[in-house]
Amino acid sequence: MYDFAYQKPASLADAVKALGAEDAKALAGGQTLIPVLKQRLNKPSVVVDLSRLGLSGISLTGETVTIGAMTTHATVANSADVKRAIPALAHLASLIGDEQVRHRGTIGGSLANNDPSADYPAAVLALGATIKTDRRTIAADDYFQGMFATALEPNEVITSVTFPIPAKAAYMKFNNPASRYAMVGVFVAKGPQGVRVAITGAGQGGVFRHAAYEAALAANWSADALNGITTPTDGLNSDIHASAEYRAHLIGVMAKRATAAAG
Amino acid sequence: MTAAFEGIGASVRRKEDLRFISGRGHYTDDINRPGQLHAYIRRSDRPHAKIVSIDTTAAAAAPGVAAVFTGADLAGIGGLPCGWQIHNKDGSPMAEPKHPVLAEGKVRHVGDPIAVVIAETKQQAKDAAELLDIVLEDLPSIASVTAAAAPGAPRVHDDVAGNVCYDWHIGDKAAVDAAFARAAKVVSLDLTNNRLIPNAMEPRAAVGDFDPTTDDYTLYTTSQNPHVIRLLMGAFVLGLPEHKLRVVAPDVGGGFGSKIYHYAEEAIVTWAAGRLKRPVKWTAERTESFMSDAHGRDHVSTAEMALDAEGHFLALRVKTLCNMGGYLSTFAPAVPTYLYATLLAGVYKTPAIYAEVKAMFTNTVPVDAYRGAGRPEAAFLIERLVDTICHDTGHDRVDIRRKNFIPVDAFPYQTPVALQYDSGDYFTTLDAALKAADWAGFPARRAAAKANGKLRGIGISTYLEACGIAPSKVVGSLGARAGLYEVANVRVHPTGSVSVFTGTHSHGQGHETTFAQLVSDQLGVPLSQVDVVHGDTAKIPFGMGTYGSRSLAVGGSAMVKAMDKIIAKGKKIAAHLMEASADDIEFKDGKFSVAGTDKVKTLGEIALTAYVPHNYPIETLEPGLDETAFYDPMNFTFPGGCHVCEVEIDQDTGVTSVVNFVAVDDVGRVINPMIVEGQVQGGVAQGIGQALLESAVYDEAGQLLSGSFMDYTMPRADDLPNITVGTESTLCTHNPLGAKGCGEVGAIGSPPAVMNAVVDALKDLGVRHVDMPASPQKIWAIIHSNRPRMAAE
Ligand SMILES: Cc1cc2nc3c(=O)[nH]c(=O)nc-3n(C[C@H](O)[C@H](O)[C@H](O)COP(=O)(O)OP(=O)(O)OC[C@H]3O[C@@H](n4cnc5c(N)ncnc54)[C@H](O)[C@@H]3O)c2cc1C
Repeated sequence: MYDFAYQKPASLADAVKALGAEDAKALAGGQTLIPVLKQRLNKPSVVVDLSRLGLSGISLTGETVTIGAMTTHATVANSADVKRAIPALAHLASLIGDEQVRHRGTIGGSLANNDPSADYPAAVLALGATIKTDRRTIAADDYFQGMFATALEPNEVITSVTFPIPAKAAYMKFNNPASRYAMVGVFVAKGPQGVRVAITGAGQGGVFRHAAYEAALAANWSADALNGITTPTDGLNSDIHASAEYRAHLIGVMAKRATAAAG
Repeated sequence: MTAAFEGIGASVRRKEDLRFISGRGHYTDDINRPGQLHAYIRRSDRPHAKIVSIDTTAAAAAPGVAAVFTGADLAGIGGLPCGWQIHNKDGSPMAEPKHPVLAEGKVRHVGDPIAVVIAETKQQAKDAAELLDIVLEDLPSIASVTAAAAPGAPRVHDDVAGNVCYDWHIGDKAAVDAAFARAAKVVSLDLTNNRLIPNAMEPRAAVGDFDPTTDDYTLYTTSQNPHVIRLLMGAFVLGLPEHKLRVVAPDVGGGFGSKIYHYAEEAIVTWAAGRLKRPVKWTAERTESFMSDAHGRDHVSTAEMALDAEGHFLALRVKTLCNMGGYLSTFAPAVPTYLYATLLAGVYKTPAIYAEVKAMFTNTVPVDAYRGAGRPEAAFLIERLVDTICHDTGHDRVDIRRKNFIPVDAFPYQTPVALQYDSGDYFTTLDAALKAADWAGFPARRAAAKANGKLRGIGISTYLEACGIAPSKVVGSLGARAGLYEVANVRVHPTGSVSVFTGTHSHGQGHETTFAQLVSDQLGVPLSQVDVVHGDTAKIPFGMGTYGSRSLAVGGSAMVKAMDKIIAKGKKIAAHLMEASADDIEFKDGKFSVAGTDKVKTLGEIALTAYVPHNYPIETLEPGLDETAFYDPMNFTFPGGCHVCEVEIDQDTGVTSVVNFVAVDDVGRVINPMIVEGQVQGGVAQGIGQALLESAVYDEAGQLLSGSFMDYTMPRADDLPNITVGTESTLCTHNPLGAKGCGEVGAIGSPPAVMNAVVDALKDLGVRHVDMPASPQKIWAIIHSNRPRMAAE
């Protein structure tokens, strides 16, 4: 780790201001940022801790679930409200990392980071969630812009994420055997915005929607509707754990299982 | 009320665990000496390169930096020694290129240390290391043994032609060729034993200390054998005499072999402490562990069995290429020879065996012994070959094993590959394991799985291994540059409590409990009155350390010998006190009595008399009750047994789950069944890890692709089934305890059992062999290529 200054502002405005400094970095749960700093892969001038901004918590309306950016994965996984309204989302959160990671890592941090193998991006994209920041709201379809790339401006802070409650939804994750991040994760949803299927872990550009599956499931919501629809391998990741072909295959298996699980 | 039984055979809770699980263990990284500096090592990120130049000016001038050293500064110092010399087929010695402490002229693997920066804080050392201006010029490189052996392959060492460290053989080639010529059937199998990274929980660390008032050096290090490090580093690297060098290996958090060897960092911190007259500390970061701890396995072999028409094994022919890495680690040459090829008889009476082993240098981290060391490679080869024979010929997997087992009445049994087995009963362990695993009921479980769309398979391995490598005379004739005895000092204190000093080392095995039980049992002293001391050359007379499951069989035997001396002396003292002849004194349960009388003296009374010799046979007997024994075994011990594994494969994803695992092992005398079970459980976990999950992956050039836990799949609790452990022991015939060893059986017996189960699960697809690890991707590809249309369905 290189030396850096540390600030823990008490207001969102102060945080945004502090993040305006050159090479400033926001700190949420630290589950990505701290390992990156320890490996000296990043050299921030100042680390701005977001934990005093009151950004954690879960609130419900009849149509939506809103989760504060600093809400931990464990809180989402164990929330009775989330389990009732969008059980697939609670299930997804319960699959992230391990117990320790889930008690530190946050939804805001995960989305800001947009790791191509992260789980939350699949839920956000498939459910058509809206990301609220200190200055605007961003639709999921506009938010994810490639691996580790998002629509966020350098000093922009995510404050919350609002998920429309779907009629049906499920997430199926195939773990990378070593890291247990998603090697392929498929989130299927039938919600106010129609049928949406998002794939994480597999694409070189991060999370993406699967148009062919969406069309098939919109016509017939059943696992069988996906039979015979193959996923092209271009643009899919290939590494020591999974070739692009294997990933393409797993997308099909996980999508069918998710559809079946969604009922 | 009688106290709970805590002697031999009792599952006493581990004395050391309270310290470990409450975070009060005292590890090398917990040691901080006054005025201590911190070392950071700049390592090669290239697999093979010429060092064009190193400019240390900026680094040396950085804040807090005390010194920067490169290979040039250490030029007067010896290279890291190799402790075992193998001879080639033609009798010439193996190639033994220098293994410099810091790279000289070239780097030969990713992780090869180039320079060390020593500063007031680790942070400063790291900052300064970034300022080192190192110019490297890439050289062609190789990572696999097959690439290293290819004609025209780039050379890892300029003076080692063909990258061959040695080309060695064992057995009777003519007899084997003759048997193959008349065989009814020959079955051949090509197989790979995957390369593993040990990943002990505690990374390696070392603290060097120097006392300028006495010129004494102390090295605190994460070692499995502090005396061996003192000898190797003192005599061969730094030229320090033993009386001026103390090596302490305090609590050590797992070794699995990787902490046997003498590593560069130990020499660096010790040498630098003397140079700078200040203590110097180094602790590996996990990334460094991946690229600097010796790796394990990495064999490519062809195995062929000649059979008669009934399925009797006539002869075995094996050809193995093994990977030594970029340099020879301390015991590397012995592993694929005397710990592997000599084990190729396994549990079978195969009359003729011939094995050729070629050890190759490559641009990878040095490879050395890792839990099982050579024996897992042998067991995997034999047991996969036996199942492949059944696949090719239709023989039953159990019947063919029984047919070829060494019979119970054939011991001592001389194998065609040097070893003589003293005892064993492979039928009993097989039967017990089959029963515990409900082998007979498997077809129904397979059918049930099939109905759920799953492929279920069952596999066995009937394996054998050799522990407590010995005797010194024999290993010396085979090339060992060390003896392989063990040392125990048993000190009965004046009030009757006991300290036992052992040359073995505990790094998770529970010696503080097992050895205390042994002493408690033999001397009749309560467990709470016995302390086991290890890991400090200043306290223990000598010792060879812990590896090869030798601690109880060799170290425990030394303790028994020392206790025999204690008892013999105690009898003389008791005879004096009770006015009897020493021959009439009996010792039992901590009491000396005169046979046929009610005269009794406790061990405590005898000890007090020995240290306060007012009424004492001082003319004929020295005071004190403190005895040392060196024990050099007459032979190896030969644990073995049967492992049964049942797996289920998800055809859609290729995921293999172990649904049942049974291990029935013959480990000889068991002191603490709970600790034995724990050792077997841990070993099986590592074996399942090797079979299904773990693999050190290099690209062709030698970049380590699995260089962190993001890519190296360690087995985790939820990867493992409940493991049923049983023991069916025959006793070792040549050591006083009858103990054989239990530390490695799990890792040796399990991989072939798992892989035999995997292949069995896939048998309807015509699959004959699968190499480890059976990763989801690999299994899916096999299923997919055999059922090309399945994917789309
Ligand atoms: C062992 C381990 C296993 C893991 N496994 C998984 C897994 O299976 N699946 C998975 O999805 N993830 C996994 N993770 C990642 C984990 O979910 C992280 O918590 C997450 O990626 C980052 O969240 P964080 O709160 O820790 O953010 P931090 O690490 O604190 O920050 C991450 C990045 O986001 C920025 N940031 C944080 N919060 C905000 C905000 N509110 N607004 C703007 N920018 C912000 C930071 O500046 C930083 O660049 C794992 C992590 C570890 C250590």
